[in-house]
Amino acid sequence: MSARGNAVSLEEQIDQWRSYLNRRQAIHSVDVAELEDHLRTQIAGLSEAGLAADEAFLVAVKRMGDLDALSREFAREHSDRLWKQLVVSPADTGASQAAARTDAIVAVCLAVAAAMAIKTPALFGLQLDTDTGFYARNLALFVLPLLTGYFAWKRKLSPRTLIWLAAAFVAAALFANAYPFAPLGYTLGLTALHLPIALWLVVGIAYAGSRWSEAGGRMDFIRFSGELFIYFVLIALGGGVLTAFMAMIFQAAGIDVEPFFESWLLPCGAVGAVIIASWLVEAKQSVIENMAPVLARLFTPLFAVVLVVFLGTLLWTGRGVDIDRNLLVAFDLLLVMVLGLLLYSISARDPRVPPGVYDVMQVVLLVSALLADAVALWAIAARISEFGFSPNRVAALGENLILLVNLAWSAWLYIRFLRGQGSFTSLEHWQTSYLPVYAAWAAIVVIVFPPVFGFV
Amino acid sequence: MDISKDLIAASSTSIVLAILAEEDSYGYAILKRVREASGGHLEWTDGMLYPVLHRLERLGHVKARWEAADSGRRRKYYRITKQGAAQLADERKQWLAVDATLRGIWRTLVLPVPASAPLPRGA
Repeated sequence: MSARGNAVSLEEQIDQWRSYLNRRQAIHSVDVAELEDHLRTQIAGLSEAGLAADEAFLVAVKRMGDLDALSREFAREHSDRLWKQLVVSPADTGASQAAARTDAIVAVCLAVAAAMAIKTPALFGLQLDTDTGFYARNLALFVLPLLTGYFAWKRKLSPRTLIWLAAAFVAAALFANAYPFAPLGYTLGLTALHLPIALWLVVGIAYAGSRWSEAGGRMDFIRFSGELFIYFVLIALGGGVLTAFMAMIFQAAGIDVEPFFESWLLPCGAVGAVIIASWLVEAKQSVIENMAPVLARLFTPLFAVVLVVFLGTLLWTGRGVDIDRNLLVAFDLLLVMVLGLLLYSISARDPRVPPGVYDVMQVVLLVSALLADAVALWAIAARISEFGFSPNRVAALGENLILLVNLAWSAWLYIRFLRGQGSFTSLEHWQTSYLPVYAAWAAIVVIVFPPVFGFV
Repeated sequence: MDISKDLIAASSTSIVLAILAEEDSYGYAILKRVREASGGHLEWTDGMLYPVLHRLERLGHVKARWEAADSGRRRKYYRITKQGAAQLADERKQWLAVDATLRGIWRTLVLPVPASAPLPRGA
């Protein structure tokens, strides 16, 4: 009985030791397996010599040496490991390697499917350059269902959830294509812009799977979105370089690649890259340092300084802001930017850490953005009737209000946190529960705006 | 008598290669063989052997393979390669040269033999 108890606790101790070792970046899991074999052999030898299991464990661990020093030695031998490898997966065991390979194959197949999907309408005579409206309002529908399918497959979603997700895409396709939009009208542009936002929530539901109802699951989706964006931009840059070389060398051969680029490489590459980038983010989430929080940390102080100087200039010179048609859009973008900085600072922050200088900076950024936005809103409110309520302006105004409410309440929660009256978690919860609001507003713009404004 | 860290580090390659030249082996057994052959004077920290083995593997002096041990666990065995054997022969020459040099100097040096003299250890 007691021997059994000992055996269990020994296994637990070895488990703990292994997980401790596994956290070392320079020591891969094959090495941990090798070291574990050593430890177990040592323990067996010591036990044979008459030591009790826990004593044998302690001696064996002691003989293994200081783990920090060991990890340093491994790092010196395998210096490449400190540069977390993107393409080479550290999966070592056969099963996880096979799973990673299946994953890669599925992702590549889906990327090819997305590329084919965006070229399918061409078979029916819809050309990219002549039927821009069709492609613009359906763009999200070429790639997001496949991306959702990828996560549905990965998360093994229940058939009931799948039906709902599919219904959302069917509804989106109906609203995008059944309305009699004026060619290249305002409402068409709004649908093209807002449909992806609304559908991104559907992707999120598939991504988070059963964890969508939890703040943690939604936060993961926010992290995923940020990383996906960065990966996508990187892939796009690479694609740009490839294209430039292609154009250059084929020009030398007297062939113009521009038609091929415009009708094949760009559309197929863009939709395929979304899937590939998602797969990379998903596969490498634990391997690569998340970039979005790093950028957020870097730019939060800079944005805060710019905004404070801007407000100071307004006060000092007594100037109002110039009322321009695009003023609202500009301030919407500013608020989106600030929200992004806030989100990715939150996503990487340990809620248990007490407030610091960076948090003060964050509040300064929030408050100054709110003030700047208030100035702009006040200026535009005076003359909104003069400009008239075009669909674009109403949409921009609605977005501004949604972001304003979010940021104002975030600032309030943040200040409470700074003063020690609230927890950081409440800020996190506020952000994650706010996610459906964006999608809901985007859906309203897609569904309600075109008929209300007469499809102009 | 403790052998200094530097000397341990300098000799580790040769010792590991020599043991593997005897027969294919794995980490624990290599350490056991080191302890045995040195009469307990060479005390390596167990873990530190593995980075050495990995370096030798990277340099192509040894080749590793996983095998099922008697216990049913997987165990990583190392085998010396041709290149490793050549390296060992080369290092052996170097050590013999060092050894011969020291012996030559010891002979002419009139000093109490350190091993029998009481060392001021811990003083």
